[in-house]
Amino acid sequence: MQMNRADLLHAYRTMRTIREFEERLHVEFATGEIPGFVHLYAGEEASAVGVCMHLTDRDKIASTHRGHGHCIAKGVEVQGMMSEIYGRRDGVCGGKGGSMHIADMSKGMLGANGIVGGGPPLICGAALTAKVLKTGGVAVAFYGDGASNQGTTLESLNLATIWKLPAVFVCEDNGYAEATSSSYSVGGGQAKRAEGFGMPCYEVNGFDFFAVHEAAGVAIERARNGDGPSMLHVRLARYFGHFEGDATTYRAPGEVDRIRAEHDCLRRFRRVVTEASLLDSGELDAVDRAAAEAVELSVRGAKAGVPPGDADLLTDVYVAY
Amino acid sequence: MSKKSYRAAINEALRQEMRRDPTIVLMGEDVAGGAGAPGEQDAWGGVLGVTKGLLGEFGRERVLDTPLSESAYIGAAAGAAATGLRPVAELMFVDFVGVCFDQIFNQAAKFRYMFGGNARTPMVIRTMYGAGFRAASQHSQCLYPLFTHIPGLKVVLPSSAYEAKGLLIQSIRDDDPVIFLENKMQYDEEDEVPDEAYPIPFGEANLTREGGDVTIVAFGRMVKIANEAADRLEKQGISCTVLDPRTVSPLDTDAILECVQETGRLVIVDEASPRCNMATDVSALVAQEAFGALKAPIRMVCPPHVPVPFAPNLEDLYVPNADRVEAAVRAVMGFKARELA
Repeated sequence: MQMNRADLLHAYRTMRTIREFEERLHVEFATGEIPGFVHLYAGEEASAVGVCMHLTDRDKIASTHRGHGHCIAKGVEVQGMMSEIYGRRDGVCGGKGGSMHIADMSKGMLGANGIVGGGPPLICGAALTAKVLKTGGVAVAFYGDGASNQGTTLESLNLATIWKLPAVFVCEDNGYAEATSSSYSVGGGQAKRAEGFGMPCYEVNGFDFFAVHEAAGVAIERARNGDGPSMLHVRLARYFGHFEGDATTYRAPGEVDRIRAEHDCLRRFRRVVTEASLLDSGELDAVDRAAAEAVELSVRGAKAGVPPGDADLLTDVYVAY
Repeated sequence: MSKKSYRAAINEALRQEMRRDPTIVLMGEDVAGGAGAPGEQDAWGGVLGVTKGLLGEFGRERVLDTPLSESAYIGAAAGAAATGLRPVAELMFVDFVGVCFDQIFNQAAKFRYMFGGNARTPMVIRTMYGAGFRAASQHSQCLYPLFTHIPGLKVVLPSSAYEAKGLLIQSIRDDDPVIFLENKMQYDEEDEVPDEAYPIPFGEANLTREGGDVTIVAFGRMVKIANEAADRLEKQGISCTVLDPRTVSPLDTDAILECVQETGRLVIVDEASPRCNMATDVSALVAQEAFGALKAPIRMVCPPHVPVPFAPNLEDLYVPNADRVEAAVRAVMGFKARELA
């Protein structure tokens, strides 16, 4: 997919919105006003956006516990998400899902998922639907290096291959499964696993939006053409802990500061597009301000929102007791 | 209407529903059999032949043999259901749920509620349960109380061929995930089964027999065992009501309570392991809602709390039978209040 100015602005706006959303949640969570816990995606924006730019609402994605970025990239409304995270009635799941279960079927977003490795089998099913009903859609599973060690993921790679499903498996390898390094926990490597299951693997620098976008384009086109599944192994970094409140003492001193300074995907994007005179700093700055404002509005909206009514406890499920 | 086996009734329900609705697909281990093999296609049609012949009519597009990867294909069924198909997945033996339970109870069961009503998951998991097959500890369990424990699932226990056909049709048409449990000892049992498609609604118990002395609530295959005992007791002047709840989620609590109000005595027959099973669940219900109607303590006829043994003599000792039901009914009939003192 050749990118025009509008595409570039969309990519930057979406990545910036995710960053603003997550940086703001980092601040708001510390106030204690948000129930439960959240897992932030800041730092990994190029992956979600680089992949989802190739998708439309007929295409499906399954996400992870670190799902906010995938949701925004797939077009879920920021206000509905923020309200959901605050447990509000007008949240995208009516306040009954929370951060780890944001879903919007109308956008092809099959849900963040509180179970590591929960998504890949679902994506096999979504891809099967596309294949049987001939919708032309593809299905994409985002999962982490931690989930790459789940049997569900490995079984799904095999199933997708033997059924020749229009599926893409995006392994977002941020180097840590919770507090354990993927250099410790992953045997053999992702590309070798893909090869073992008979699918191509594209090794991608996840700090480089354009690299992700290009590789994802190849994998998604391959799926759409009926040529079967692929894997993307996207190396990237998360800027915050596994969850908010994680002191991240397992990381090297200064590790995140160095990555932010040298590899940040948004800064890199700005440099590339301005040096090539595709976009200018002024319009990018305007996007920054608009994204900050949208997130600010969503936080205000969420804080002003009301929780679900007591009667909602018993709706949306069969209940007899 | 003609005589059909439990196996044939299930096969007919699948065939008729698949003809009606092109979004229904079957998936499971050897639901056809022979995929990629040099010999016969549809070689098995399910390990006990329940889905035999469906491949010929519907093809491999809709009758999908899976690898031995329950996590992947049960999860795929959930993902397919959430995106527009109506899959019927076969989990060969319910004992295998251990390797794919997450896909059932954390994923499929929760989508509708957790996503605020914005998702539906119309899938059926057909699975075999029950002892008596000399199949030992890992192929003989009941396990339906596990599913009953999970909000969001519907759980179905057909007690005969007639029940199996109608309840499976309802299961397929339902928009929630349904666990449909087939007793492997009953596949050859015959019953009068209508040729046309008919749904049996969930949550409406079937009064298989009416009597004034004792209510017997029995589940799945135990309905036949309970009626066998009731036949014998009838000859001895004890008349029993035998109630088949048909589905344990939803459970027809009204029917259970009405029967207990009428007879004042309750025996529950449940083949599942005795702790936290349907018998304890129904006992709690009656103790809470109909305590005043009881003329005697409730009796539960269940297996002992042990894994299902292999040796035929031990397995026969394990499974509840008509003798034990008969003894339990006699015990509640013989109860005198002064025994409590």
